[in-house]
Amino acid sequence: MIDTGAPIRSLRRGAVALLAAAAVYEAVARSGMFPAALFPTIPTILATLVDMLADGSMLLHAAYTLYRVLVGFGGAVLIGVPLGVLMARFAPVERFFMPLVTALMPIPSFSLVPLFMLWFGIGDVTTILIVLYAATFPITINTWSGVRAVNPLWLRAAGAMGADETALFRKVIIPGAFPFIITGVRQAFLRAWIAVVGAEMIAASDWGLGWVIFDSKEFLNTDVMMAALVVIGLLGYVFERLVFGAVERATVLRWGMVRQAKG
Amino acid sequence: MTFAAQGTATLSGDVPASPAADGRLRVVARNAFPFLVVGGIWEILAHAGVFPALLFPTLERVAVTFVKLTVSGILPLHALETLARLLSGFALAAVFGVAIGLLMGRSRRMEDYLLPLVSALAPIPGLAYTPLFLLWFGPGNVTSVLLVGFVSSFAVIYNTWTGVKAVKEIWLRAAQSMGADDRRLFRKVILPGALPYILSGLRLGLAQAWRILVAVEMLAAVHWGLGWLIFGAREFLNTDAMLAGIAVIAIIGLALERLVFKRLEDYTVVRWGMVAA
Repeated sequence: MIDTGAPIRSLRRGAVALLAAAAVYEAVARSGMFPAALFPTIPTILATLVDMLADGSMLLHAAYTLYRVLVGFGGAVLIGVPLGVLMARFAPVERFFMPLVTALMPIPSFSLVPLFMLWFGIGDVTTILIVLYAATFPITINTWSGVRAVNPLWLRAAGAMGADETALFRKVIIPGAFPFIITGVRQAFLRAWIAVVGAEMIAASDWGLGWVIFDSKEFLNTDVMMAALVVIGLLGYVFERLVFGAVERATVLRWGMVRQAKG
Repeated sequence: MTFAAQGTATLSGDVPASPAADGRLRVVARNAFPFLVVGGIWEILAHAGVFPALLFPTLERVAVTFVKLTVSGILPLHALETLARLLSGFALAAVFGVAIGLLMGRSRRMEDYLLPLVSALAPIPGLAYTPLFLLWFGPGNVTSVLLVGFVSSFAVIYNTWTGVKAVKEIWLRAAQSMGADDRRLFRKVILPGALPYILSGLRLGLAQAWRILVAVEMLAAVHWGLGWLIFGAREFLNTDAMLAGIAVIAIIGLALERLVFKRLEDYTVVRWGMVAA
């Protein structure tokens, strides 16, 4: 049923699709249908990207964005995981925080940007807080449902074998809830990544990938814009696939809690 | 499975319905309590004058502004405009997303061609495309609707695709051996089988559309819309109008989640017994 040619054919078709899309884009860009300033050719975009990487400005933009996203996201993990665990283990905590979480979660983080700009000014504080706001809820909710989903049989078995609270927590609850926590962290990172770009566009500072995209609109530097888009996409991909993929492999996959999903 | 955990956070521990009214009152009181605490802290801070009153208005001022803006029709008009944009963008995403997802799920060839494109475009946060769309389509409605549709379609595509692939092989073979043709197979087996996934994709897509639309409205310089309202209020330090706008955004978001999708799910997949209520 599975013939060995299939993966190669998939790869070839994938490459064909990407090349075809690039060719169509290139043809449109060169045909002069649209002003060249709005529709730069792919070589122009690549040249801009290389230039900006070489003079270090793109790296600095990326570094600022990464700093903001990682600080905000780290804060979200530090708040979200303990809060989720507490909510799942103690009913009063759940009763107090669940209505708040349910009410705050549907507020898009961007709608707070103008407010935070008034309160905290333009720059790092505002962007980091927006990231924090965007990332905390998925982590909290997933940790909460993960801890609640831990098989009660495991808890009773561990209890019967004489595990105390700490051991129960460290050896059963956290590993049991980990697949959910990882999923929450991944979702949270995606949201944080979106939030940082948006927040940088609106609460503009002088550096950051979101800012550079928005700023280059003013000067019709579409090539800079596209180059920054590429960097944003690559960085997001690296985090999503490589970093979280590695974490997942080192924990839940190794523990045999979930199976490797395809693709 | 884990996606379902998102946003479906309902309070556990349904109170037994013996004295039903009493139980309901208790639930209401329990849910209201945290808001009272937070509101109380806010009031104390606002009245204490730690922060300038202009930046940190009291709740009663926000409420007065809310009522005033609602009565004068400004707030409803902004909200309607935003909802219209949300729905048209999301409709685009639903139609194209489900169609592309079905194609990718059913045809190996389409999957091979489309998957790389979709996975190359998906990791770029949708908002990052905003300036590009602004340059191409100019500020205004076209840009915001297209952007919302474009961004929210990825969740729909991925989930539809997964859903079609997750339809049990044995159902397909059973239906085929009972003589179902392609059309019937699709209508009676594949579509219902994939529907829980499609619905969760639509739900994710709508949530994404909603999150992004507010920012798009701020950036795309449309002249009506809640995002524009709160962004414009910043210029004049109308923090109370801003908070009133945020409250409307929260209410709409909650209503979308609770009323629209809960109900849709109850009518379809829950009734068919495909997922637990």
